[in-house]
Amino acid sequence: MKSLIDILDFSVEEVNALLDTADDIIANPDKYAECCKRKKLATLFFEPSTRTRLSFEAAMIELGGSVIGFSDAQNTSSSKGESVSDTAKVISCYADIIAMRHPKEGAPLVAAQAASIPVINAGDGGHNHPTQTLADLLTIRREKGSLENFTIGFCGDLKFGRTVHSLINALARYEGVRVVLISPDELKLPSYVKTDVLDRKGISYTQTTDLEAVMPELDVLYMTRVQKERFFNEEDYLRLKDSYILTPQKLTAAKKDLCILHPLPRVNEISVAIDDDPRACYFKQVLCAKYVRMALILKLLKEAGKIV
Amino acid sequence: MNIDSIHNGFVIDHIPAGRGMKLYELLGLDALDCSIALIKNVPSKKMGKKDIIKIDADISLNLDLIGFFAPDVTVNIIRDGVLVEKKSIALPEYLTGVIRCKNPRCITSCEQELAHKFKLTDAENHVYRCIYCETKASTEQ
Repeated sequence: MKSLIDILDFSVEEVNALLDTADDIIANPDKYAECCKRKKLATLFFEPSTRTRLSFEAAMIELGGSVIGFSDAQNTSSSKGESVSDTAKVISCYADIIAMRHPKEGAPLVAAQAASIPVINAGDGGHNHPTQTLADLLTIRREKGSLENFTIGFCGDLKFGRTVHSLINALARYEGVRVVLISPDELKLPSYVKTDVLDRKGISYTQTTDLEAVMPELDVLYMTRVQKERFFNEEDYLRLKDSYILTPQKLTAAKKDLCILHPLPRVNEISVAIDDDPRACYFKQVLCAKYVRMALILKLLKEAGKIV
Repeated sequence: MNIDSIHNGFVIDHIPAGRGMKLYELLGLDALDCSIALIKNVPSKKMGKKDIIKIDADISLNLDLIGFFAPDVTVNIIRDGVLVEKKSIALPEYLTGVIRCKNPRCITSCEQELAHKFKLTDAENHVYRCIYCETKASTEQ
């Protein structure tokens, strides 16, 4: 049973085909309006995430399907001690596909091993968030026309930022991508991502603490939030949370066709004054996320033989 | 030093010097009542010094554990006093139930009866990562 747990579960060809489907959904939404009629998506959200859950639900509804699920683990059998594996087996009897978010890293993989229906990882702690990566890829491809030959700057929390790790993993499979890592020393990209992904794939990258110095080089700027929930120590969080704030002034040296992305929610790392700048693409990214999730649900249900 | 030869059992050879005792413990050899010899710091042309474990019993050896903890060891299988097979132990692709993931955020920390499983991600540097959370395994556990 094909599931999506890690972005690398899909080949480059599969990712490209998925993005093609998403583009086609955007161009021809009516064609897909009843593709998942009488099919059910179960959204199992063991930790809160309004945005991702609503995006999955909107995606399924726009495909003509329906949604069951929960958004608070307190009201579920897991609060009584049920294992993730048992939950997945039970939900397999009710639904056709699962989207799962869980605070424990690897929980969606455990679910996929136990379920008899496809499982989509909708975020597992600080580990993976592959559908956000698909949304990032679709947005970049739509804005830049290609996923090859461009320079992307990752700014902010590169240590705990799972979206950053996943996107780097995904982009490392395309030609001519150059990476600029912009973060305070305490929040640098983990060395294993550098050695296992960037070095191994021969990706050119530089590290800096100075966003403005590298701004003119960038074709894409991926901003991230310093996430309070990833810190054990509040003192560290308070010290680092305002490390990088993107303002109109900092954009003066940027390229005219820069594409600014952010996985959202933002706190204060992008000034609202930038929202009306045509280079701000983070709300387009939200829309892309819904369309790419539609494409993903279609792909997995088709491969599971649940739709034609 | 005289150690009786083995009739039916194993000789685990080319263990990096100093790791023999730990491997003895990990393999649970202290629970066996057969003859077992742990020989430390044996001069070796290839390694300088090495450890050797001799087990005079036909037990089920966890080769994955041996391969992970002491790669490049040789396991000699003895039957009726004769060497019948010499196995070079390579790094196993997966390790299941051999070592534990120490990441408190990993699902293995709370999921009932879930085996801890690691995948070889970098053979050159002997790096194993948890299949669930990708935390790097340590040979020091």
